[in-house]
Amino acid sequence: MEVGQMQRAWVEYTRSLFREGFLDAQFQQLQLLQDESNPDFVAEVVSLFFEDSERLLADLTFVLEQQNIDFKKVDAHVHQFKGSSSSIGAQRVKNDCIAFRNFCEEQNIEGCLRCLQQVKQDYYLVKSKLEALIRLEQQIVAAGGSIPMEELSS
Amino acid sequence: MAITADSRSQFHVLAVDDSLIDRKLIERLLKTSSYQVTTVDSGSKALKFLGFQEDEQGNPDTPFGSPNNHQEVEVNLIITDYCMPGMTGYDLLKKVKESSSLRNIPVVIMSSENVPSRITRCLEEGAEEFFLKPVRLSDLNRLKPHMMKTKIKNQKQEEDQEELKISEIQSDEQQQPVQPPSPQPQPESQPQPPPPPPALLLQHNNNKRKAMEEGLSPDRTRPRYNGIPTMV
Repeated sequence: MEVGQMQRAWVEYTRSLFREGFLDAQFQQLQLLQDESNPDFVAEVVSLFFEDSERLLADLTFVLEQQNIDFKKVDAHVHQFKGSSSSIGAQRVKNDCIAFRNFCEEQNIEGCLRCLQQVKQDYYLVKSKLEALIRLEQQIVAAGGSIPMEELSS
Repeated sequence: MAITADSRSQFHVLAVDDSLIDRKLIERLLKTSSYQVTTVDSGSKALKFLGFQEDEQGNPDTPFGSPNNHQEVEVNLIITDYCMPGMTGYDLLKKVKESSSLRNIPVVIMSSENVPSRITRCLEEGAEEFFLKPVRLSDLNRLKPHMMKTKIKNQKQEEDQEELKISEIQSDEQQQPVQPPSPQPQPESQPQPPPPPPALLLQHNNNKRKAMEEGLSPDRTRPRYNGIPTMV
């Protein structure tokens, strides 16, 4: 693919992620913070989000497998997950976390387990989308092009 | 010294958040806005960085007399997350506002939860702003006026020391009954800073008295901050 084509693909793909609710305006804020002096800012923050999320998902899975579930712990993990997902603009994950906390407050085990499955699914989905987006960005830069940020708003 | 927009890069912000992602984010936001930034992951590390001393707690007003009590690293503003394990942002705010050497530093609280009682509590305790997370570039426009205030305050610090000695004498006179309260001078229009509120003076006098009774020197020297690795 030539640069112009990749740039058009990038614009299309990014728009679809916003349109389908995987990402929200906060992700645009991250993109705004990336410039020549910090060309990898989005990729760095996103990879921190992956590490954080996978640790939290493992912890949540473990806590919810126990005989006596410590709902305070569950809530603390979900609270963190909600924070990190909203900081990077992973909208679906963030919304799952809001529902999750409600079930946690009710100490509803069934509800919590369903939310865990949902949040796992949405997390891995947005992870693959973000990875694809960043890969495309790296290809554009490697081919000598720039990320056509301004075209997103038009 | 005139304060212009160019001096913004001289403003140093201490950002406190237990989440690495959020530290990265706030650091980038502040740097994009041309501030100097130091990030730490807990309230206690923030206090260490500020050179705060535990024994200040019981005696928050004693170090008034020692003018050499400046911080090693000047911090013009503290921005802290509210919800952190151990010391919360609210605890940190309280410690800063109770410390005579730190209380002039403006504090801004960030929280992902919009809880009105929490916001009120922080503002009542002396926070300048309450930002809902995630913090955006546009929020940071609200930081600058608070930092300008401290710059001016710090420049007047020497004057303040003098002023305090004078008001101390005045306050002794005010122990006499029935003196009409003088109107509060406006800091903007007055070249001299306003005298500290009566409660402060009273506490100060009490502490002084106590210190004398116990035969302690009121100007204990306080060790300064050194040796904590920072990311400026």
